[in-house]
Amino acid sequence: MATKVLMPQLGESVTEGTISRWLVSPGDTVKKYDPLCEVSTDKVNAEVPSSVSGTITEIVVPEGETVAVGALICYIEAENGQTGMEQPDGAAPARQSSPDKSEESAETQRPAARDKAKSVDRSGKARYSPAVLALAEKHNIDLNQVEGTGRGGRITRKDVLRFVEQGDGAAPRQTATTTAPTALRERTQPVSVEQGTEVGETQQIGEITVNPGDKVIPVSSVRRTIASRMVQSKHEAPHAWTMVEADVTRLVQYRNKIKDDFERNEGLKLTFLPFFIKAVVESLKEYPILNSVWAEDQIVIRKDINISIAVATEEALYVPVIKNADRLSILGIARAIDDLARKTRENRLTLDDMQGGTFTVNNTGSFGSIQSMPIINHPQAAIMSVEAITRKPVVIDDMIAIRDRVNLCLSLDHRILDGLVCGRFLQSVKQKVENMDANMTIY
Amino acid sequence: MAVISYIDAVTMALREEMKRDERVFVLGEDVGVRGGVFRATNGLIEDFGEDRVLDTPLAESAIVGVGIGAAAYGMRPVAEIQFADFIMPAVNQIISEAAKFRYRSNNDWHCPLVVRAPYGGGVHGALYHSQSVEAIFANVPGLKIVAPSTPYDVKGLLKAAIRDEDPVLFFEHKRCYRLIKGEVPEDDYTLPIGKADVKREGTDITVISYGLTLHFALQAAEELEKEGISAHVLDLRTLYPLDKEAIVEAASKTGKVLIIHEDNKEGGIGGEVSAIIAEECLFELDAPIKRLCGPDIPAMPYSPTLEKFYMLNPEKVKEAMRDLAEF
Repeated sequence: MATKVLMPQLGESVTEGTISRWLVSPGDTVKKYDPLCEVSTDKVNAEVPSSVSGTITEIVVPEGETVAVGALICYIEAENGQTGMEQPDGAAPARQSSPDKSEESAETQRPAARDKAKSVDRSGKARYSPAVLALAEKHNIDLNQVEGTGRGGRITRKDVLRFVEQGDGAAPRQTATTTAPTALRERTQPVSVEQGTEVGETQQIGEITVNPGDKVIPVSSVRRTIASRMVQSKHEAPHAWTMVEADVTRLVQYRNKIKDDFERNEGLKLTFLPFFIKAVVESLKEYPILNSVWAEDQIVIRKDINISIAVATEEALYVPVIKNADRLSILGIARAIDDLARKTRENRLTLDDMQGGTFTVNNTGSFGSIQSMPIINHPQAAIMSVEAITRKPVVIDDMIAIRDRVNLCLSLDHRILDGLVCGRFLQSVKQKVENMDANMTIY
Repeated sequence: MAVISYIDAVTMALREEMKRDERVFVLGEDVGVRGGVFRATNGLIEDFGEDRVLDTPLAESAIVGVGIGAAAYGMRPVAEIQFADFIMPAVNQIISEAAKFRYRSNNDWHCPLVVRAPYGGGVHGALYHSQSVEAIFANVPGLKIVAPSTPYDVKGLLKAAIRDEDPVLFFEHKRCYRLIKGEVPEDDYTLPIGKADVKREGTDITVISYGLTLHFALQAAEELEKEGISAHVLDLRTLYPLDKEAIVEAASKTGKVLIIHEDNKEGGIGGEVSAIIAEECLFELDAPIKRLCGPDIPAMPYSPTLEKFYMLNPEKVKEAMRDLAEF
């Protein structure tokens, strides 16, 4: 019988959740406690673990859709007839382990009775000892696949060693647990290939042979413009590339702390992008050469700082411009981004919105990228991409800490710029974002 | 190889060392004519005469003080404190003088003194004949503290202590004296001070102990083996300085550590052992480091019921070991 998996209650006051990502597809086999999907609510982001071992038969709620707590999200055909729990709160038992209250009384029971109690108590399942974590890391083991024989189903060091010995860890499954980018997350849609005509017989288009079943999509004027701009930029400007990694732990903490109030007061979401743009703008003031244009045999340094931002739609990429970004507060930048993004989506961008950019900031982290080599927005001198913020172990003063890290990638026109000044510019941006915290003002 | 008792191993070591080196002599309360209240020095006065087996007044400060003076003079004194409980009047001599002799004379002088003292309970000795005093001395650099648990270790370590160039406190568990027997070679051998010893190999849990409770652990391990629980047992043997390497190795072996001693839990040797493990091999740990020790109350009760409550026994040890194995 197919087991229903329901949207879990992910917090006391949470009434609905959005499926941000499915980690399984129909036909996949899952083990009990394997993560099925990622759910985001206004309070938390979490994974929904499987309540049974079995095969995914149907996914009911597609990615991006928001449903109420208790709503059916998918079906699992449980193996050997076991039935899972259908209660909303029962669907996520592994993530919140409560202290084992029965333990004390169990101590006084006879061993037999204790064994019996052990078989149902799973409170220790998600509590990992240092040895277990170290071994799992060393052997690249997904602990969800290891059967725990310790108290409350705890996975013991011996369990992991046994698992390694049996070679179960030979084909480690990629775990998608905490790698989700913290960066500005816009809902992304797959590139539409619905339109276009399917080809019936083999054709020749220039050098390209088109086979039966292939689709031919006529290039729109926007696409054509993008194509020619990209070629022009790559062709004319010798691109060089560099990257720095910044520690934005404090910024993440600060932004997470104020974002709810911000949204309530201002009516728009506070993403990380305005902070990065702010840092870029300030650094451009220090290194104006990056805010320039190559003009024949002269370099023109722009007085105004107008930041182009990349906004993707289903069909195309637009780079509308935040004018005079150096005069804006974090709130002002956030409003400008929000305004431009909305206009882009609603197809209301004017020519004025698109003109006058002097430097581009590209938010590649929004779709999870951690490194990119952007093409310079012609005829500007450089473009910086802000990658996904990821939590990473890093060494600080001979200690290992978990920090929020972000890569900042810069493509530069090597005719105008050299590595030295760009390095200094990136260091300046890095230093600024690393020092953003509760001591700054967003107004 | 002869099977002899723990206390006979003490006597054997003393006799051999006195024979080997005529600088070695013993002194203490009733160690001569009486042969010691536990009979550890039995027969020595007959063999070596009253110049080398000294009956002293009831003054521990004098026993140790005379020992320090004789050591400075080039002798090899072995001072006996009749019960470890009585060591308190000699603490000044031990900590302020003996331990610091070498350091404060910039290596010109040293103090090859052994202080033997029977410690521990389980003999209906009540307040002043049952205490474990090792922790008091276990943060005094300049001292070595040895506390063997088997006759073999007693002989090898006591001989090593007598030959050591610096002061050694040699604690003998008085309940072990006639309870614990074992094979002891008749030839001359010493064991290194500062080295722990694996008394049993195992894979599920690591028990670290010394003295009487080590035997409880070995006994419990034997019984738990039948339940499928395999215990690794480390005998510290030297309590100061601790054998860090052996402790870390034993802890890493299973990742689950139980430290057992009869001395009070808080501030006991177990706390230091636990700290070494936490500092050196956190990522090998599979469970919280556990301690099973005497309760933190002032002294051993006289009432047999309460003494039984105070003392550890194989049953209590087994329960703690099983609990950790099941974690």
